This record gives sequence, C-alpha cells and structure tokens, in this order.
Amino acid sequence: MSLLGRRRPAREFDPTQPLVATGNLARRHLVSRVIQGLAVAAAIGAVAVLVIVVWAVVSHGAKAISWNFITKPAPEGVGPNLVGTGIIVGLATLMAAPFGVLIALFLSEYAGRRSTRPVQLLMDVMNGLPSIIIAVFIYALLVAHKGQAGWKASVALAIIMVPLIARGTQEVLRLVPGHQREAAAALGVARWRSVLTIILPAALPGIVTATLLSVARAAGETAPLILITSIAPGDSFQLNPLQAVPNVPVRIFQLSEEANPEGFTEAWGLSLILIAIILALGLGSRALLNRSKRKLTR
Amino acid sequence: MSATPPAGSASLKLARSNRQSDSRKRADRVGDLTLRLICLGAALLAAVVLILIAKEVIEGAQPAISKYGFSFVTNQEWAPPLEKFGGEGLVFGTLITSAMALFIGAPVAISIGIFLALLAPVSVRNLISPLVEMLAAIPSVILGFWGLLILGPFLVGTVEPFLHDTFGFIPLFGAPQTTGASVFNAGLILTIMVIPIIASVSRDLFMAVPRDLQDGAAALGSTRWEVIRGVVLPSTVSGIIAACLLGLGRALGEAIAVSQVIGGGTESHLSLFKTGGTMASIIALQFPSPVSALHESSLYYLAALLLVIGVAANLLASWVGYRFSAAGGISR
Repeated sequence: MSLLGRRRPAREFDPTQPLVATGNLARRHLVSRVIQGLAVAAAIGAVAVLVIVVWAVVSHGAKAISWNFITKPAPEGVGPNLVGTGIIVGLATLMAAPFGVLIALFLSEYAGRRSTRPVQLLMDVMNGLPSIIIAVFIYALLVAHKGQAGWKASVALAIIMVPLIARGTQEVLRLVPGHQREAAAALGVARWRSVLTIILPAALPGIVTATLLSVARAAGETAPLILITSIAPGDSFQLNPLQAVPNVPVRIFQLSEEANPEGFTEAWGLSLILIAIILALGLGSRALLNRSKRKLTR
Repeated sequence: MSATPPAGSASLKLARSNRQSDSRKRADRVGDLTLRLICLGAALLAAVVLILIAKEVIEGAQPAISKYGFSFVTNQEWAPPLEKFGGEGLVFGTLITSAMALFIGAPVAISIGIFLALLAPVSVRNLISPLVEMLAAIPSVILGFWGLLILGPFLVGTVEPFLHDTFGFIPLFGAPQTTGASVFNAGLILTIMVIPIIASVSRDLFMAVPRDLQDGAAALGSTRWEVIRGVVLPSTVSGIIAACLLGLGRALGEAIAVSQVIGGGTESHLSLFKTGGTMASIIALQFPSPVSALHESSLYYLAALLLVIGVAANLLASWVGYRFSAAGGISR
C-alpha cells in the first residue's frame, strides 16, 4: 500500500519499480511510434489505392466480358483491338529485344570506364523521356504526310522498351559469376565465344524476364498509339501492320472521351483484359527473375 | 563447382578446338571484333535516335519559335481558332499538377520506403513491395479512365466542397465545379503514378544503409525514428532527391491520364477545382487534328519544351545520384 502510494509523485526514483519511460524519453518514444504508424499507414494507403483501382476495373469490367466480346469485331466485341495490340507489341518486342541485349552486353562486357558512363546516361535519359515526346518524334519522322501504320507504332514502343530491356539484362549479366568468365578465358576461349556460349545462356532467364516486363509496360502505352495508329475502326480484323491497326489503349481512350454509358462498359471490359494481361506478365516475370537470380547467385 | 571440368565439358572442348589452328585464331579475332562492333553499333544507334528526336521536334517547332521566341512561355492566350498560341496557362498547369504530385507523393513514398526497408518484417516486405510496384504497372489510360469516372465524382461530391468550406480563403481551393474533371483530380492521379517510382528507389537506398551505423545510433539510445532521422535520411538525401527528380520527370511528361481527367482548359488560374491543361495533355488532345500549320508548330514547341525539361530532370537526377555514389555517400 505504501509502495503504491509513493509511486504517485512519479519523479521520485524507486528501484523496486519496473523502468518506465517518463518525461522527455516518453515523448521521444511517442514521436517515434507515431511516425512508424504513419509509415505503416502510407504503405497501407498505397496498397489500398491499388486494390480500389483494380476492384473498380474488375467489378465494372466483368459485366462486359463474354466470349463474343473477346472474339467478335466492333459492334459486339473488341477482337480486332486485342489482336492489333498483340501485333503492335509483338513487332516492337522483336525490334527492341536485340538492341536492348546488345547495349547491355556493350555496357557489361566491352565498355571501358570512360564509355560506360555516357551510354548509361543515354539509357537513363531515354528511359525518362516522356512517351508523348517519342510519339511526336515518330509522327514527325514517319507519319506526317505518309499516313498511319501499325509498324510505326511498334517503332515508337520499341524506343520505349530498349532502355528497360537493357537495364534488366545488365542487372542479370552482373550476376553471372566472374569466375565463369575467368575460367573461359583461362582455357583460351575467345571473348565472343564465351559471351555467346557461356554468359548469354546463363543470363537468358533474366533477359526473358526483362523483356516480359517491358512488354507489360508497352502494352499499356497510349500516347504513341494515339498519334500513330488511331484511325483504324475496330469493325474488322486488321492483320497487316503496314496499315493502321486497331488496338486496346486507343479504344479505351476514345471511349473515355465520349460520354456514352455503353461505351464506358466496353472500356471497363477492355481495361480489365489489359490489366489482367499486364499484371500476369509482371507477376510471372518477377517469379521467373527471382528463381533465376537464386540459381545464379547460389 | 569442381575445380577441373570433366573431359567432355563444353568449355574444355571449346578450348581444345581453339588451340588447334591459326585459322581458328584468325576467326576468333574477327569474331571478337565483330561482336564488339555490333554492340558498339547498338549503343551508337540509341544515341542517334536521341539526337534525331531532338532534331525532329525542334525542327517542327521552328515556325513557332521564330514567331514567338521565348515569350511563348509567358503569352497568355491559347486559342487555336484565333491563331493565338501562348503557353503560359499550360506551363502553369504543368507546374501546379506536378508540384501537387510531388508535395503529396514524395512524403508518402519516402514513408513507404522507410516502412519497407526498415520497419517491415521480411515476409511483409516481400508481400507489399511487388504490390507497390504493381501500382506503377497500371497503364495510364486505365488510371485516367478510373480518375474520370470514379475519383472525379467522389472529389466533386465530397472532398472539394469540404476543402472549399474549410480552406476557401486560400485561392487554391476555389468553388467546386460540376464535373469531375479538374486540376485537383489530375494532381491526384499524378500522385498515384509518382508514388511507386519514388517508393521503390528510396526503399533500395534505405536498404543499402549499413546496419552498423543504425545499430550504433540505437546503442547510443536513439529511438527508431531518431535512427532514421539522424542516420538513414542524412546518408541517403541525395539519392532521395534524385528519386524525386525522376518522379517529377514522370509527372511533367504524363499526357494521357492527365488529358482524361483535367478537362482540357488552357488558361491559367489558381483554383485547383477548375479544369485546366498541361503541356503534355494538350499535345495528346490537339496533335492528332491541328487547325493550322502554326497550331501544329506550337504543339511541337510545347513538345520541345517538355523534351528539354524532361532531359534536364533526368540528367540532374543522374548527376545527383552519381555524385552520391562516387563520393561513397554512406560510408564516409
């Protein structure tokens, strides 16, 4: 009883009591805890935004999805747009992947100290270039006075993809153990042979991952397509990339500009398909990357 | 891995065949040179593309540049039918939306970085990190569509009247409009796009801060926040600035999502709740169908301005980041 009574005027030191932070220390603990709470809240907030957006797309888009919607042309469905996006992005990947890999090879295998930095900087600048600038560039170079075409959009997307592929490839090339290179060199294997037969095969899963991630990014790019391949109506399948090709992002954009409830439903459906493809590519490639990284660093 | 490769292994075979003849040596020399040149060629081609981009855009802008000069940036009216092209409202709209994105986004993103790198257990980090990165993977056209149909009505119905009633004396929070399209909406959409960029970069920065330094500070009696404030943030500040510049570059250049939610106005005004326009969004909206040659050229001019700002932001970011890593920032 007397013990409890003495605890009230808290400043007095009582060695039998457990240590409790008081005064300044209590305040510092409080500040620390509040800020940790805010950090947790920020992370929860970001995830919440993701969930809200994805949920909106799924709940509105699910109403539109049907077999006819996916396969039929314009009045009923969006088949030509899906095929068109596939063609445009596929062509872009074919153009971008070799260049991205070669630039990464240059950076990690051939460039000396002096040439690494400018090329690295070049890749950073290209990566940060707004896609609308690339759109305007391709428009000025290829579309003005010559007309729209799917392959021109692919070129624009390829310019966006190259730095992404290069960076991802560079990262895995860095993980290829140095002793493999040294062993090859010690056995008298020429540099180009060891690059082609030892280093690239070891890095292949990582290269595929980087390419898939860049495909996910390119599939949703809208700005270039609006200037370069936006005039094709989606009422028939257009498989020829020399013509303007209907595609998903432009269709979503056009529908969102019209105040038409049916159009909105169609746009939600398209958004759902696009987001599902992109998230699947992103998650799948990330799983692949983690597996190959573990293999390389083991 | 065994020290000596077995007799049949690929590299040993390769090595044997390699020693066989002079012609093979010559072939290898040619092969080496070829691969080297191809790689160099790819890098050079990328440089050429960048130069071509600058050339085409500036060439297209030439008529507008010679007509307006630098006063283009301060001329007020943007009215294509009247042949009047002044970029002031658009530059202003770009600045205000990007500033809003950074002011809201950077603190949130850095907090997320702190949480992921320093506070969260590994299992939580491995769950949340990919989710935050998925936020960056949502295509801008879908985010803009969502902003137009879902976020816009919510803002107009709930958030904007509240802000107007509470902070109405600040000119930023003017009277709400009837549609969801507004500068405010665009700023929030850009915030969502900027957060994952800054968050993932700052997470990597914080994870690279040596454990010893943090433990030392903790042993001296620092609380968790004091360790972060006293050790982690000061040693990564240049990297954080670089990350914010990257985010800024993204926000400045985003065309599609902004053009969907900002409403397409072109004059400059302080109210966040009215419609507006940014340089990138006007290019996306008006470039496909210009009304005159001067109009098209003025749009090129806007693109050229964006190009310069975008490249500058990236160079600055890389310079700050490079200085940071070159000086060994953390370890010193």
